[in-house]
Amino acid sequence: MINSGDTAWIISATALVLLMTLPALALFYGGLVQAKNILSVLVQCFAVACVASVLWFACGYSLAFSGSGPWIGDLNAALLANVTRSAPHPGTAIPESVYVMFEMAFAIITPALIIGAYVERIKFEAVLLISALWLLIVYVPVAHWVWGGGWLAARGVMDFAGGIVVHVTAGVSALVIAAMLGARHEFPHGIRPPHAPWMVMVGASLLWVGWFGFNAGSALSAGGDAGMALLATHLAAATATLVWMAIEWIKFGKPSLVGAVTGTIAGLACITPASGYVGPLAAVLLGVTASAVCFTAVLLVKRVVQVDDALDVLGVHGVGGAIGSLLLPFLTLLGGGVTLARPVMAQFAVQAIAVMVVGAWSAVATFAITKLAAWTVGLRVDLETETQGLDFAAHGETGYHVNR
Amino acid sequence: MKLIIAIIQPHRLDAVREHLTGIDIAGLTVTEVRGYGRQKGHTEIYRGAEYQIAFLPKIKLEIAVPDGRVDDVVQAITAGSRTGKIGDGKIFVLELEQALRVRTGETGDNAL
Repeated sequence: MINSGDTAWIISATALVLLMTLPALALFYGGLVQAKNILSVLVQCFAVACVASVLWFACGYSLAFSGSGPWIGDLNAALLANVTRSAPHPGTAIPESVYVMFEMAFAIITPALIIGAYVERIKFEAVLLISALWLLIVYVPVAHWVWGGGWLAARGVMDFAGGIVVHVTAGVSALVIAAMLGARHEFPHGIRPPHAPWMVMVGASLLWVGWFGFNAGSALSAGGDAGMALLATHLAAATATLVWMAIEWIKFGKPSLVGAVTGTIAGLACITPASGYVGPLAAVLLGVTASAVCFTAVLLVKRVVQVDDALDVLGVHGVGGAIGSLLLPFLTLLGGGVTLARPVMAQFAVQAIAVMVVGAWSAVATFAITKLAAWTVGLRVDLETETQGLDFAAHGETGYHVNR
Repeated sequence: MKLIIAIIQPHRLDAVREHLTGIDIAGLTVTEVRGYGRQKGHTEIYRGAEYQIAFLPKIKLEIAVPDGRVDDVVQAITAGSRTGKIGDGKIFVLELEQALRVRTGETGDNAL
């Protein structure tokens, strides 16, 4: 039976999750790049969203959520042929169409997250090809393993809204692409600072609001789980923001806006896998952990590993999603948490296996996809295009016609 | 006639304008420019990474004055722009060969 309350909430949540990509993530990333590359980032986000949507219709949804094989779904729902008006999605009280669309919004934002790794130097052809292949070869199987009845679901993995499926896959893949693509030519010392920190804040704020749909919508119903996920999501974001700000204030003498909103996103990525499973106190603790660990991870990638993951997709999203996934079994023991189906250490083992295997699969598959793109369309623009900026050189447009 | 070019801190522009108005200087031209001197830019920190900002935003003033007013104007600009910190800027005084008011055709000191 379709429940109108559940359906109304998930339709609203779907809109919120799409808002996270268009325009939230686009603005968050767009403000962080140089003025000459702002439009390239926006068009990359827009195009990836559309590519993912069409592929989701063609076979992505079916391979992720139709059939119950351990590794991959089947093609029974390819072209969404079997979506009827009346049938609810199994195990929920929402129409199949709404479930397809809600999950589509997740399939849109996950490859879009990776954009942060390769901005300011990648060919647009490579963006399209890598995103398309990545959706089908990395995202779709992992979504099936964790949410579609695959082998990790059978082991009882807990990933409420995508700490593993979304953030670990995107974070690890981002690092692989960034390493294979090579750094921007000025990296690390000549890189220009973010051209519009205010835009980063607007994007982060929209992401924060959108995340209510992402996490509370993942309850797939309008009830107690959605409510607790909403509360936990907000508290983790607020706490992580304050902690990142405090770290910068102590370490550099000034609390920056870009730092504060980076903390917000780290907190949101970290609470994602745990959001529907834990209570308010656990969310605050995760917020603290998120900023402390992600701040360190960002510095590690940039200074020690020296990979130009330009907008810190691994350091913020990947690491945030992973620590939330690993800590959630312990945090369910605090007030407001769910009861685990197995002893806490056994659950932790399942979580650890999931994070490691998903991370490894993301790395290997992304390596192959990026190699293929390098051989076919090529990865990088030439140095002149990179220096001139992708906006005009690759898209024939200019972001700002001010006083010119 | 002399042409006075001053490079100042953007946030001192209003103070400089007040000082110049105070000594009845009738007009000036302002340009937003970027540059560096001995200050050599500054660093900004985003997400823990230091960025070198080599060219800092500055304001360039251009004022044409009769020979007799040069000292007053230089003094007014200095009074308005000086904070005592590195980066306060510089003032240059150049010979000015001719001036012409477009509307009336007046030339020389009468055009200033």
